[in-house]
Amino acid sequence: MNNIFTSPRSILAARHARGKFWRGVFFSSTLIGLIALAALILTILNRAAGLVVITDAVDRNSLAGRPLTELTRPELVTILQDHLTRTRLRTLERNNGPLDSLDEETLINLVMEQVVKPTIRKSYTLAETLFQRAAIEQEIAAMRAETPNLQVEFRSWLNPGFLTRSMSATPELAGVRTAVLGSLWIIAITILVAFPIGVGAAIYLEEYASENRVNRIIQTNIDNLAGVPSIVYGILGLAIFVRTLSHLTSGAVFGIQGSNGRTILSAGLTMALLILPILIINAQEAIRAVPASLRQASYGLGATRWQTIWHHVLPNALPGILTGTILAISRALGETAPLILVGASSLINKDPTGVFSFFTALPIQIYNWTARPQPEFRNIAAAAILVLLVVLLSLNSVAIVLRNRLSKRGT
Amino acid sequence: MTHETNNHYAIETRGVNLYYGNFRAVKDVDLQIVPQKITAIIGPSGCGKSTVLRSFNRMNDFVPSFRMEGEILFHGQNIYAEDVDPVMVRQRIGMVFQKPNPFPKSIYENVAWGARINGYKGNLDELVEQTLRDAALWDEVKDNLKKSGLSLSGGQQQRLCIARALAVKPEIILMDEPCSALDPIATLKIEELMRELSRQYTIIIVTHNMQQAARASDYTAFFTMDDDRAGLMVEYGETHQIFTNPRDQRTEDYITGRFG
Ligand SMILES: Nc1ncnc2c1ncn2[C@@H]1O[C@H](COP(=O)(O)OP(=O)(O)OP(=O)(O)O)[C@@H](O)[C@H]1O
Ligand SMILES: [Mg+2]
Repeated sequence: MNNIFTSPRSILAARHARGKFWRGVFFSSTLIGLIALAALILTILNRAAGLVVITDAVDRNSLAGRPLTELTRPELVTILQDHLTRTRLRTLERNNGPLDSLDEETLINLVMEQVVKPTIRKSYTLAETLFQRAAIEQEIAAMRAETPNLQVEFRSWLNPGFLTRSMSATPELAGVRTAVLGSLWIIAITILVAFPIGVGAAIYLEEYASENRVNRIIQTNIDNLAGVPSIVYGILGLAIFVRTLSHLTSGAVFGIQGSNGRTILSAGLTMALLILPILIINAQEAIRAVPASLRQASYGLGATRWQTIWHHVLPNALPGILTGTILAISRALGETAPLILVGASSLINKDPTGVFSFFTALPIQIYNWTARPQPEFRNIAAAAILVLLVVLLSLNSVAIVLRNRLSKRGT
Repeated sequence: MTHETNNHYAIETRGVNLYYGNFRAVKDVDLQIVPQKITAIIGPSGCGKSTVLRSFNRMNDFVPSFRMEGEILFHGQNIYAEDVDPVMVRQRIGMVFQKPNPFPKSIYENVAWGARINGYKGNLDELVEQTLRDAALWDEVKDNLKKSGLSLSGGQQQRLCIARALAVKPEIILMDEPCSALDPIATLKIEELMRELSRQYTIIIVTHNMQQAARASDYTAFFTMDDDRAGLMVEYGETHQIFTNPRDQRTEDYITGRFG
């Protein structure tokens, strides 16, 4: 049967071939992206867990002939007293309180840190641990021949201890608590400053600014600022917040002594500057997407400009604005260069207590650890990257939940 | 400021010329709208009907290039005078648009919002009910006032927009092709509603539908385009006269379908 919709077979075949070709091209683009992402995550995971070989300065099992966890508190205290000098003991008691008053966990930690002093002889990646077991066993056997008291254990470098400990020069004892807190403080300030200013600027540019040369120049500048390298913002932050406004950012005007401008406040303000253009552009786009018919409806009822903006434009633009905010937060959380310039220090191990504290942040810590020679630092850097990703995803999911709740309203 | 003699017109225009930039969209309109009647504005596409209608409540102010000459008097007062607040003008002269455009809020909020921002002091629930009744929508929505205005059908949405305009208690309601997105039954409903509303309100409606103008209006203004593309009013009078005995050849050509 010949039907009016039948095209000649040859045309059809050519069209299908073309269709298949483009489909293939687009599919491989997607595939390449997916492979890159998978490779990234696998490399990080590969470093974040694996077998480790540990030697103790003093064999932990020889201390009392039994595993440490089975010892009583007085026994642990005795071990400490036997192995440490008088001055060292006094320092410990000054820092932690009298030894007899400490609980078992703290005592075990002290014994490990001060007496056993485990050092990592060798650490294996997850892939090696899983797929080259025989070779590893051989290597360990060879090491055992030299040093008898070897401990071999499987370790996830991302563990509760890693999350709750602060910075340390020994990789086994280092943690990210200070860095996580620093990052959260900085982000909080960044959002508090950048969100209202960004949305405000977007409202002005979209709803109030008239079409003239000055406003066009402002707009062009904002568009270009979004592409300025972050290090430039770091230099700006250093000049303005750390130096020029140091009496403010150090908290001196609020009576805080002995500080300088290299504080969380400076870092947060610098990050706010950095994400401001992104926020403004996204918010403008969201505001522009609010249909003109809604504005007309509002004005037609005798609403003022502000009532129209507040009751109709902003609520309808908010989901889009929040999407932009998510992007901006992700950017701010991962930025390293500007933080280095405004004085992040990876040596800090005191938790930030407020906006005038000195600080370190997760990307700083990661950067610093990857630059160290000992391979174990690369393991904890991988763990810290995982922490950074989790923090990022949780902040973003808050914004996404908020956005979905808002966009469900009314429709 | 006030011209006592003109107070018996709802709106009176005097030598009105409307421009977008250098382009004169409408020229030399002198029109008197009779209160509590329905006035239809008809004419070919692009002749400036919407432009004229929007100039009656200063909705054109949002077009940066818009400019007007002449006077538009409401209760004898020029609404384009220096000291006039356009927001107040729009409270007194409401508008219903071509495409139904309810707010993405509940039906209740759609109606209540305009009253609330205009400082309505009475009982909002009662106002919402009364207004929805006036707009002949109450029976269809009374059980789910919390539902989104966008969940209604097109015709219902348009009646919601009318209710929303009524809730602000305007004197004049401007309607720009309010039925063009609706089916014939919904259109008839709106026409009935207009008839009902014209006891209390002055209604000015732009329409492309000749039957609608003939059926539903008391007065008709016919606009057309001049050679320079500027719109002008050709003829204005009682609807019956315009449709049965037009004085101008162009009007006759248009209503008999020999034009546009
Ligand atoms: N915002 C604007 N800026 C510039 N020119 C405009 C604008 N709005 C309308 N015009 C022009 O003014 C003239 C009249 O337009 P208007 O919308 O008033 O016509 P109309 O009679 O309502 O047409 P239709 O029946 O198609 O709705 C047209 O030539 C149009 O191009
Ligand atoms: Mg029109």
